Amino acid sequence: MTSIALSAYRAPELRLPRLLAGVSYYHPTGLTEHEQLYGPLPLPVVSPEQGRTWQQRPERLIEMVERSGLTGRGGAGFPTGRKMRSVAAGQGRAIVIANGAEGEPASCKDRLLLTRVPHLVLDGITLAAYAVGADEAHLVVHGHEADLLASLEEAIADRETLGVDPVPIQITGIPARYVSSEASSIIQYLGGGPGKPTFSPPRPHERGLKGRPTLVNNVETLAHLALIARYGDGWFRGIGPPSAPGSTLVTVGGAVARPGVYEIEMGTSLGRVAMLAGGPTERPQALLVGGYFGAWLPAELAWPVPMTHAGLRAVGGAMGAGIVIVLPVSSCPLAETARVVSYLAEETAAQCGPCMFGLPALADAVIELAYAGGWGRAIEAIATLVPLIEKRGACRHPDGATQLVCSALTAFAAHARRHDRQGPCYGVGRAPLLPVPSDEDRDWDWA
Amino acid sequence: MSVSLNGPALWYTTRATGLVTLLLLTASVLLGLLITGRFTSDKWPRFLTVGLHRNLSLLVLAFVVQHVGTTVIDTFVHIPLVSAFIPFTSSYQPFWLSLGAVALDLLIALVATSLIRNRLGLRAWRWLHWAAYVCWPVALAHGLGMGTDRNTMWVFALTIVCAAAVAGAATWRFVAAARAGAR
Amino acid sequence: MRYRLRVNPIACTGHGLCAELLPEIIELDPWGYPILSSSAVPAGLMEHAKRAVDTCPTLALLMEKVPSS
Repeated sequence: MTSIALSAYRAPELRLPRLLAGVSYYHPTGLTEHEQLYGPLPLPVVSPEQGRTWQQRPERLIEMVERSGLTGRGGAGFPTGRKMRSVAAGQGRAIVIANGAEGEPASCKDRLLLTRVPHLVLDGITLAAYAVGADEAHLVVHGHEADLLASLEEAIADRETLGVDPVPIQITGIPARYVSSEASSIIQYLGGGPGKPTFSPPRPHERGLKGRPTLVNNVETLAHLALIARYGDGWFRGIGPPSAPGSTLVTVGGAVARPGVYEIEMGTSLGRVAMLAGGPTERPQALLVGGYFGAWLPAELAWPVPMTHAGLRAVGGAMGAGIVIVLPVSSCPLAETARVVSYLAEETAAQCGPCMFGLPALADAVIELAYAGGWGRAIEAIATLVPLIEKRGACRHPDGATQLVCSALTAFAAHARRHDRQGPCYGVGRAPLLPVPSDEDRDWDWA
Repeated sequence: MSVSLNGPALWYTTRATGLVTLLLLTASVLLGLLITGRFTSDKWPRFLTVGLHRNLSLLVLAFVVQHVGTTVIDTFVHIPLVSAFIPFTSSYQPFWLSLGAVALDLLIALVATSLIRNRLGLRAWRWLHWAAYVCWPVALAHGLGMGTDRNTMWVFALTIVCAAAVAGAATWRFVAAARAGAR
Repeated sequence: MRYRLRVNPIACTGHGLCAELLPEIIELDPWGYPILSSSAVPAGLMEHAKRAVDTCPTLALLMEKVPSS
């Protein structure tokens, strides 16, 4: 472990980029470079004389995370400090699981972190394990991503030779299914079962893997934790509104000039986010925010909306895992929705009747509305199906699909009525915009 | 009129209760197959199948108690009570009697585990309940093998009907399940 | 002591006995799976609810104590 001058460890200024400060276009940031850029891992056991703002009590780190107001970046937006506290207070030794399995096809932020600045995430895992008193730590990614697995194994090996992590980080590849990246699926898979969601209670933070309290966090959340531990909660709160502090990664796609992952201040308006990505290439019709678990918003309504969980909920949207897709006027939102819902229908775990039978029926109804016209009946058919599907599964998969469909029928009510009565618009023929994984990138079994 | 413990009256009772037990057990197994086969019709709700299955199984237990009771009390042939539960402990027809003991042990296990199903958990209960597919044929073999009524035409015919009914229903249930699994 | 009914959707395979035994609260959707119109058990139906829970072939219908908080 090389010794770094304390001055390199002073908190940086209150601006962006933060997570992405260490990203190089040419190669993943190695361990030495990582320490020079961000400072060394602030773990008391590593080097006591380097002087920390919080001491040898893990509780202090949890308090700092609570004060920072960090919320989960995996989609749910749950306060991270509170989650850590309940895991630390659980019965039995805790386990930490870092969820790097980015199930959302339209999201690339986790992939970016894991390929470019893996040591931020790995630092976060180690710090989380220290905070909750865990003696076991896992990092999961989708198993078919062989290159990602290899580069992460290399990063972990680099840390092992220097003895950086007191708790060894085990990396596992999980099945490439949409629902396999859900927390309870990961826990069941790591426990030797299939990668399918389980019935709760009990919740993971009470009884998760091996019956022990389990902390499941998105890799971006842990990357933020790695910086909060270094620079403090005051620094983290330095940007973003008080109710939703800090920075976050967003994946911008669709009809924009420079699609990709951007780091923004929480609360940045959706319009500004689109401009950061080069601005729309055509006149925008709508934004899909939150990915396939999210919601459609008409462009005029969406442009000034701040990107926070509360801000988006207030207009009937959802933040999800920070995904923004710009749909141009030349596309048909119903056709795009139909393709996505078909994909979601194929991705059910087939454990719960209402999801297993309801989603394919819903997909058929939306396809009929989008591509065939509904003879005036399709919207009604969808409205009948939705209450039969939502909240009747063991996980949130069916709810995501129904939320997407309902938001489409709300945001594009007039357009949908025209489809229903007159048939498909010209937009259905446009090349599809919303990404759906090809068959090669999907697993067809669960083990 | 008094029942002489030395006459054939008890022996007839043993054979009669044995036959009724077999019929009730067959009915219970058939109903069990109908449950998994999700049989239902306008006049036959599903809870009826489950309810009858459970009640008939308890009735089987009641008749078995009588069957064992009369056998043990009967002085014509000495069969100790322990032979009702432990195989190869009687001197009279040890093999065929042991089959009866095995069937009774399995029956007690099936009923006991079903009564505590909620506490046992579904997977353990279901795994144990497969013993029913052993219990029934063993009981049938016990009845045939004991020999007393093998030559009575109508008893023999009844036994064959029971066997055919269960064989048919089991085939239907497993074929339907295989077809559903293949889908 | 208040109780509520809940369906474990993974264990449920749509046998439909619960809807037969407790039609006041439980209906079946077009695919044979139960919809609970209310999770609270009305006082007069307690015996019927217990029977429905007991009769479910897959133990998917659950009677839980309502947390008093």
